[in-house]
Order: sequence, then structure tokens, then C-alpha cells
Amino acid sequence: MDIKAGLLKKDKRAAARLISMVENGETEAVRIIKECYSMTGHARIIGITGPPGAGKSTVTDKLVKLLRKSGKQVGVVAVDPTSPFTGGAILGDRVRMTDLSCDPGVFIRSMGTRGALGGLSKAANGAVMVLDIFGMDYIFIETVGVGQSEVDIVKFADTVVMVMVPGLGDDIQAIKAGIMEIGDIFAVNKSDRDGSERTAAEIEAMLDFNRNEEYRPPVLNIIARDNTGVAELLELIENHWKYLNESGSFRQKKTKRLRTEIMNIFRDMVMRTVYSLGGGTNIIDELAEKVMERQLDPYSAADILLDEFTKNRKDNY
Amino acid sequence: MDRPIRVVVAKPGLDGHDRGAKVVARALRDAGMEVIYTGLRQTPEQIVDTAIQEDADCVAMSILSGAHNHLFPKVVNLLKEKGAEDILVVGGGVIPEDDIPGLISAGVAGIFTPGTPTSVTIDFIKANIKR
Repeated sequence: MDIKAGLLKKDKRAAARLISMVENGETEAVRIIKECYSMTGHARIIGITGPPGAGKSTVTDKLVKLLRKSGKQVGVVAVDPTSPFTGGAILGDRVRMTDLSCDPGVFIRSMGTRGALGGLSKAANGAVMVLDIFGMDYIFIETVGVGQSEVDIVKFADTVVMVMVPGLGDDIQAIKAGIMEIGDIFAVNKSDRDGSERTAAEIEAMLDFNRNEEYRPPVLNIIARDNTGVAELLELIENHWKYLNESGSFRQKKTKRLRTEIMNIFRDMVMRTVYSLGGGTNIIDELAEKVMERQLDPYSAADILLDEFTKNRKDNY
Repeated sequence: MDRPIRVVVAKPGLDGHDRGAKVVARALRDAGMEVIYTGLRQTPEQIVDTAIQEDADCVAMSILSGAHNHLFPKVVNLLKEKGAEDILVVGGGVIPEDDIPGLISAGVAGIFTPGTPTSVTIDFIKANIKR
């Protein structure tokens, strides 16, 4: 399969294959991305995050459907937690987006957070790049919403929608420190439940503490399940986009994001090179043994590794 | 640093009994695979589109309603049509012994009926995927 030709012809299988190859850091994939990179930068990237059970997938499903009505092409990257013990994951976000499966203008890719060596960063970034080249007008990244990925999402998205849900009570107090800085829009979902007005009011109160003179994140009550408030939410997303462009903070934000991306790719390249030194992890194992025997200390071991790495790069460039 | 094996677990047709599918999904996750769980009432078209977008290595279907002779081969054929015949197709559920040879010759690589240890299914998938 000629992946690049397929990608440019909008063949979904080629795009899907390329995403996998980028995740694996395959040379062929890197070559294609390099050749096609000038085609990126057009898609609007929207992050959907929030606590588990808030209804992120349903919100995404409704927003995508609404965008489809106006003929937009939409990509979705749905991330679920990878088990740190087994390395496996149940990726169940598609369950809420069944109708979109056969829509030719929609591409949904599920992936696990995949833990230590990059987590949300590497694989999701690759998928977004490919979908951007593919020609998507909007790309949604839907994350797990607990821990590191909440912070990571900011490094990816132009607009972050924080989906909350009433009934969390004091839990809001516990998580407010992080989320108040992250959300560009707060959507209180399942607003047919008791306490939805109060939840919205609490969020407004906490936003009062972090007053950004230029932009105040709006708070909206919605019921995604029956499409209530979804059109309004989309309008808020469009408003945020306008604000980003008019205020000039867009460029700054994107450049900062690219800086992180470059560092992540660099870090990944270093690790790959180290792991392929002299036939796999043998060198590292040997060094660990030596440190165990107190023939070396960990810092000297790392120095040796750095020397090997430098030698390796010079020889193999 | 290769990515994990990706398996689409789907229930085609109108059968609503998903306990078996969930047991298998969990077992595959515990074996280190990424399981794209699509839920109930999937059409063959939806299953195939999902498998393609997700670049799945394997499609694992569960049917307890008796519609396997129609739906399993339909998925195999649709995959072939879309140029995705390298995706491994396996199935399980309430499937009479007599129907198994027919399904195998229609392109389903393995059938795992109730009572099959999940380790058998896991080992089969690991041994037979195309990468």
C-alpha cells in the first residue's frame, strides 16, 4: 500500500495505517510526515476533558454530529487509560459514538494512555498530525480526565472544554486547583440532575478567583444525551476561536505547543537510540549489574551510556 | 517499543447478551492488548469501518442469537472488499459444532465457544495476527 498516496487521496485505511506507524516511530512514517508537514495547521483542535462519567464521549458525539450538519470533516482521538500493570486497555469511547462509525466525513481513533514512555503525548500527537494532513476541519481529543492527561491536553488543544457533572460535591474543591487553569469553557452536563445550577455557580465562584482580564471562561448547563445546549456549546467554542485570533495569543500558544512537541520527539529519539545500542538493552543491563556490585555508581553508568549514545549517533548518522 | 495488539470486540446484530464479550475484552486487556469495545447492535458495516479506522489487528465477534452463519462471513467479506483481509477474524458465542467448519472455510480463523479458557483465545490471537 502506498501510504502517502492513500493519505492524500483520503483513504481511511492509509491514514489509519500511518497513525500506527507514527506511533511506532517508523522511519517510513517520519519521512511521510516530513514531506506532508506543510499541509498541517488547518484543523481546529478541541480538547474534551473532565472526570470519569461526566459524559465526555456523549458530548463529543453530539458536537461532531452538529458539525457534520454544516459539512465539516471531523476527526476524533479518544484516549482511555492504559493499565500500568498489563499494558493493556479497554477503549470504550466509541460505544457512545456508534452512529458516527460509517459516516465518511468522520474518523475516530481510540488509544490508550500507554504509560511511561510518552503517555498521551506521543501517540495522540501522531494521530492529530495525520488527521490534520488528512484534511480534517476539526479534531477532538477526548481524554481520561484524571491526573497527568488533564494537563497534557492543554499542550495539544486550541480550546479545552471541561465537562463537569453535578453531584461531585466537595470533590470539586479537591480538583479545582488544576482545572480552573485548564478549561476554556466549562460545560456542566447531566443538568437534569439535582444540583446542576449550584455546580455552575460554584465554578463561576472559583473562576472569580482566577480573574484573567482578557478572557473569562463561560459556564454552560447542558444535557448532552438529548442534545440540550449543544448548539450553544459549539457557539462558545467558535467564540473562543475568535478570541484567540483577535487577541493574537493564538500564535504564542501554538508556538509553545510546538516547542513541547519538538522536545517530546527529541526525547523519544534519544530513548530509541539508547535502546538499540549494541543489540538492545544489554548495555543497560550490564551497567545495572556493575552498579549493583558497586563497581560503578549510577552517575558514572549514565555517563558511559551518554558516551555510547554519542558514538552511536556519529557512526550512524 | 511496539504498540500493543489492537482488537475490536463487537456484537453484531440484535443480540443483547454481552457478558461473554466483556469477559473476553477484560482478558485481552489483562494480556496487554488494546481492546476497542464497540458495544451492542453493530452492523457488519460499522464493525468493518471501525476495524479500518482503528487499524485493528483482529476483529473478535460474539453472537448468541444464532445469526452467526450470516453475520460472521458478512464481516469477513466486507473486510476483503475494503482491502483489509489481513485483519484476523475470530468469533465466539452460542455456535453449534456443526456450524464451525462452514465458518472456518468462510474465513473466520477461529471459533471459541463457551467454556474455552480465555488463555486459548489470547494465545491464538497472538500467534495468528499478521504482524
